[in-house]
Amino acid sequence: MLRGSRVTAHGWGWRHAGRRAWAVHDLELDIEPGEKLLLLGPSGAGKSTLVHALAGVLGDSDDGDDTGQLRVDGLAPAAARGRVGLLLQDPDSQVTLARVGDDVAFGCENLGVERDEIWRRVREALDAVGLDLPLDHPTSRLSGGQKQRLALAGILAMRPGLVLLDEPTANLDPGGVAEVRDAVARMLERTRATLIVIEHRVGTWQDLVDRVVVLDPEGGVLADGGTREVLAGQGAQLAARGVWVPGHPPAHPQRQRQVPAHQLLVAQDLSVSRIPGVVVASDIRLTVNTGRALAVTGPNGSGKSTLALNLAGLLAPAAGELRATDRLAQGAGSEPIRWKSRELLTRIGTVFQDPEHQFLTSTVRAELELGPRTLKLPEEEIRARVDELLQRLRMEHLAQANPFTLSGGEKRRLSVATALVSKPQVLVLDEPTFGQDAQTWQELAALLAGLLDEGTALVAVTHDLDFVAALGDRTLELPAPHPVEQVRS
Amino acid sequence: MSRATKETTGVATRIADATRPIHRVNPVAKLAAAFIISLTLIASIDWVSAGVVLLLEAALFGWVGIRLSVFLRRSWPILLASPLAGLTTVLYGEPSGQLYWEFLFIHVTDGSIYLGVATALRILAIGLAGMVMFLTIDPTDLADGLAQVLRLPARFVLGALAAMRLAGLLVEDWRSLGLARRARGVGDSQGFVGKLRLWLNQAFSLLVLALRRGSKLATAMEARGFGADTRRSWARESVFVGRDWLLIAISVLIAATAVAVSIWSGHWNFIFG
Repeated sequence: MLRGSRVTAHGWGWRHAGRRAWAVHDLELDIEPGEKLLLLGPSGAGKSTLVHALAGVLGDSDDGDDTGQLRVDGLAPAAARGRVGLLLQDPDSQVTLARVGDDVAFGCENLGVERDEIWRRVREALDAVGLDLPLDHPTSRLSGGQKQRLALAGILAMRPGLVLLDEPTANLDPGGVAEVRDAVARMLERTRATLIVIEHRVGTWQDLVDRVVVLDPEGGVLADGGTREVLAGQGAQLAARGVWVPGHPPAHPQRQRQVPAHQLLVAQDLSVSRIPGVVVASDIRLTVNTGRALAVTGPNGSGKSTLALNLAGLLAPAAGELRATDRLAQGAGSEPIRWKSRELLTRIGTVFQDPEHQFLTSTVRAELELGPRTLKLPEEEIRARVDELLQRLRMEHLAQANPFTLSGGEKRRLSVATALVSKPQVLVLDEPTFGQDAQTWQELAALLAGLLDEGTALVAVTHDLDFVAALGDRTLELPAPHPVEQVRS
Repeated sequence: MSRATKETTGVATRIADATRPIHRVNPVAKLAAAFIISLTLIASIDWVSAGVVLLLEAALFGWVGIRLSVFLRRSWPILLASPLAGLTTVLYGEPSGQLYWEFLFIHVTDGSIYLGVATALRILAIGLAGMVMFLTIDPTDLADGLAQVLRLPARFVLGALAAMRLAGLLVEDWRSLGLARRARGVGDSQGFVGKLRLWLNQAFSLLVLALRRGSKLATAMEARGFGADTRRSWARESVFVGRDWLLIAISVLIAATAVAVSIWSGHWNFIFG
């Protein structure tokens, strides 16, 4: 069996091309072969940069400058490619080929491994991550958790000395998180590879790692030691900087609950479908009320997101009725799907699961101005609203930044703000807390609690039970999907 | 999940049984065969050569086990386009010989009818050959063939293959972008110009998303050693053997027969001559 790799950094630093600040600098680090390490640090501390550098995919002098020395088994990372495997955050962007077996084999092929040996390794790797599927199973039909395990198998088949996991579960629901965590645990029983994990949620990994390193955004390392010592000594401080540390939950907001509940949306025997003819949830009865939060929960595939898109007036009901009351419609008619796009702005705002889908302009400020401009509000009013939101979300310094270059937490805050700026009576959110650090989570919860107390109605599709506990006045749990009846067209 | 993904993954095995010989033929041979037949038909405009090819193709498709029902469902665009193109040629084609009917620019003559029939048969013969070949080609197998048999650069071939897989995700992205625009208040449009502008804006957003996905995929591929200096090995062997040469021989035979019959019957007119 292969030995784990030794990682060393001496005064290492990296600055992305075109930036003034160093992403990482003055880093001193020694990782013994076979060590399992959890890499923590507030957003912007350069965790991802370090891991990408170790995988040899940061690029060359066109992409940035480096100082000091970074070595994997005494080699520059670019020369050690193939000794190092990297698992990234987004499940969809890591699948290379159409069939499960071929995808796992891809890395081995690039390393020039002999054919018989490749297929032996493919079967071994799939077994190690517990992915019991035929080799010709289409990769397009895998769930998010399965895709991450597939990518992990592809890395294992390369027999790496160093395995890097860069927030591998940030885009997954709780079931997917457990799947990937268990797959990594199985993997660690079979390999002596060195492991580095980046993750906001310490609880997911603390039993699998034996060392925690906290990067300092000012450069160097804040804390380094055994898992227990570091968490005991630094736990509170880490939690304050956004890391999810067990025993240090973020504060839940205070609610006033003084606004009377008036009906805004009423659904009766509602059936919803995203693709015409394929109903994903049916017989739904609910009301959306002023100043109240409705949490929609349920397993994957139960139609939660599709229901949200219906309530948001973006998809037409497949059957049954979704009615807007006069209080919400204000003369626009009782069916939200028939409203003009512009009419939705002040009535129902939507925050999509993937913020990137809803960004339409090239600066944060323009993104926030878009709604009010469409409503033809006066210039002063627009400026006042935008400035207030920028300040409230701590994004003033980013007003001119491109939305696509923001961090995950910043993108989420901006996507919520783009809906809020038009002051809708109903706000529909799809998995608002996915992959967020504890600080963003706490701010988001506080912001939404404030909206509720001002009388806004909330609908949140979520897997996050903490979030439901903090905000949900009522919960609608959709049942597990029954085998989908496909209507042939 | 969505029906769209199911359809795209199922294409290769549905039109014929996966066990039939056409599925074991190397995709490179299929490409070559379709190329040979098309090139021959482009060389002349007469109904005889196209008719002969069509007849022989029908026999070939039957032999390789193409299912008629699936075939008709998949090929309707070609079945529809060919008579339409033929009709257009009958109405507007270069007039010659006896004139049957005339209206403004429309002249139906002996010559235009002849050209129309020849055009319709030609589109049918080329279109159906191409379609059957491509519907039985699995993209991964084609990439293997292009890289191992034709020795095209692996970097290019595999890059294109991976990009093709992303195309499936773009369909879903397009739908979400449309919904997001409506939610953001910019989904209203009036008139053709308004709709076009909306469509172009959305297409630009899709391009941005596609580039971002593409660069993430490139990083993931690079992290798995893609593009390194090591000589690559192949998990799936793409071989070019007897049955592949046989398909090419058959296509040469079909082309030669068509040309011979056409020349012998005096219909061949070489358009490059």
